[in-house]
Amino acid sequence: MSVQRAYDRAKAENRAALVGYLPAGFPSYEGAVKAAKAMVEGGCDVIEIGLPYTDPLMDGPTIQDAVHQALTGGIRLADVFRTVEAVAATGVPTLVMTYYNPVDRYGVDRFARDLLSAGGAGLITPDLTPEEGGEWLAAADAYDLDKVFLVALSSTDERIEKITNVCRGFVYAASLMGVTGARTVVDTGAAHLVERTRKFTSLPVGLGLGVGNGAQAAEVAQFADGVIVGSAFIRRLLDAPSEAEGLTAVRELAAELAEGVRR
Amino acid sequence: MTIDAVRSASAVPDESGHFGLFGGRFAPEALMAALDHLAKEFAAAQQAPEFLAELDDLFTNYAGRPSLLTEAKRFSAHAGGARVLLKREDLNHTGSHKVNNVLGQALLTKRMGKTRIIAETGAGQHGVATATAAALLDLECTVYMGEVDIERQALNVARMRMLGAEVIPVRTGSRTLKDACNEAFRDWVASVDHTHYCIGTVMGPDPFPMMVRQFQRVIGVEAREQVLALTGKLPDAVVACVGGGSNAIGIFHAFIPDEGVRLYGFEAAGDGVETGRHAATITAGSVGVIHGMRTYLLQDDEGQTIESHSISAGLDYPGVGPEHSWLHDTGRADYRPITDAEAMDAFALLCRTEGIIPAIESAHALAGALKVGRELGPEATLVVCLSGRGDKDMHTAAEYFGFMEAGQ
Repeated sequence: MSVQRAYDRAKAENRAALVGYLPAGFPSYEGAVKAAKAMVEGGCDVIEIGLPYTDPLMDGPTIQDAVHQALTGGIRLADVFRTVEAVAATGVPTLVMTYYNPVDRYGVDRFARDLLSAGGAGLITPDLTPEEGGEWLAAADAYDLDKVFLVALSSTDERIEKITNVCRGFVYAASLMGVTGARTVVDTGAAHLVERTRKFTSLPVGLGLGVGNGAQAAEVAQFADGVIVGSAFIRRLLDAPSEAEGLTAVRELAAELAEGVRR
Repeated sequence: MTIDAVRSASAVPDESGHFGLFGGRFAPEALMAALDHLAKEFAAAQQAPEFLAELDDLFTNYAGRPSLLTEAKRFSAHAGGARVLLKREDLNHTGSHKVNNVLGQALLTKRMGKTRIIAETGAGQHGVATATAAALLDLECTVYMGEVDIERQALNVARMRMLGAEVIPVRTGSRTLKDACNEAFRDWVASVDHTHYCIGTVMGPDPFPMMVRQFQRVIGVEAREQVLALTGKLPDAVVACVGGGSNAIGIFHAFIPDEGVRLYGFEAAGDGVETGRHAATITAGSVGVIHGMRTYLLQDDEGQTIESHSISAGLDYPGVGPEHSWLHDTGRADYRPITDAEAMDAFALLCRTEGIIPAIESAHALAGALKVGRELGPEATLVVCLSGRGDKDMHTAAEYFGFMEAGQ
């Protein structure tokens, strides 16, 4: 089921949606499922489950550490699908965010089929553009899955039009030039990018890269339909002295952000 | 020439950067504008007389081109008597073929109005070449290098720092070339406004494989003329080592239309392909996507990259340039593995028979030439790309051959 329903509900409540990211297998298989559920309990409207990959070249040190830990722990694609299944069972739309090669290797059609049967809503593909994404676009349409591509500050209007034309679910606006990781300041170009994107689509526009606290979430919620948070959740888990405290910290952060998007 | 004209001058890549099913542009959206800009500027530069003249002047009066074609008579005796001709890229300024590509891309960086250049490096040869060009053309320079490689190529690290480059150790993953590429891409995504990523080989998203080929093809153009002048005919085989594959594409490209000339690429087999500890991407890999391109790569059944292993830092990479994948699939070139031990034997042999210390990377081509020479026999002529010199490898070689005594 498309994540757009979560965006629609948030819109009906006159607020932005909160989207939380966490890699499967981090800090462990069970730990990730519990943490994602804590994010839902804290108020996330959509969950993105990261598919751990050996060469995450769009990710900063925090996500790299988490993904490395997940891979070292032996996470496999079957575990990723099981994670999606467990999280989607909460009723919150659950996407997978993945670099392209694991999908390509698994078989694009087979991946789409297994994602659907796990209850997944679709894919976010940070290193795939519509030009190279033909096989995925066809599979997503065949299995009724969301296709979330990224637009960037450097994207031309022509490219934004091309990208938004093939998106389903929402459009992921990368708010600053750089890799993932919480920043102290939200880039001022972000609002302009969202505005430019809206010229070409009626899909919701979610803004990611750099948001780490309630105040930033509130700021982004002023102009975007969704606020995407990843590294800050991972940071809470990495810094917690115990798993229980990590889960508490994640739930609290989600609640703080959920309050932020409602300001 | 327009960009289309540059592309159509060769059969590949097509207008979307594909070499058959290989290549393409699997890049983050944040880089797409920069890749388009680069492709346009590259194409414009190819038809700009002042750009071509400046590059030509640097090749001749700075890098020392044309490089020699040296007949290796005593070495030939070990190659089944086949006539072995060495294309001496080791004699270029900075000690390898890498300078050809870097001078081209550094001039392009200036042309694009960018002030900073970044690079990944394995053996350090590309890093040294980039640091050199940056010093010459007054560009800020950052080089990413895996921690393992920093250890085994200490001399080149010192050279880069002397030249004013910042060398950033990469401590993630296998801590070798692959991870240095990841870090360079991460830097570029954040700095693309004022920074050019000078990729060191024929890999990465379009237009890099085509552009680097264009700057390296001088090797084969010269070699073809030189071998014709020396022997009156085309060679029977052209031999090169392949990591990412820029020296190989460089020397192959001018010979691709010459159907009678066999092309051989030798990959690093490390401890042996059967051990799993190798970098023989085409020999033992499968098709996937890495670093912006579709190509053969070393990956497991779920698409996770398998770490490569080679005594040669410059060949220690789990992917390969997409044009090599295409040349392999079309059967135009033949790719074979060479183990660490075979490469080091050939390394010692060239030292002792010709008084030339090759880079360990190039020693893989030499080991391959010994095999090809024995196969083709004494009537055959082989052109071997001696892609770099081995000064940087003295520590590794001394350890390998046991020249390092306790306390020395």
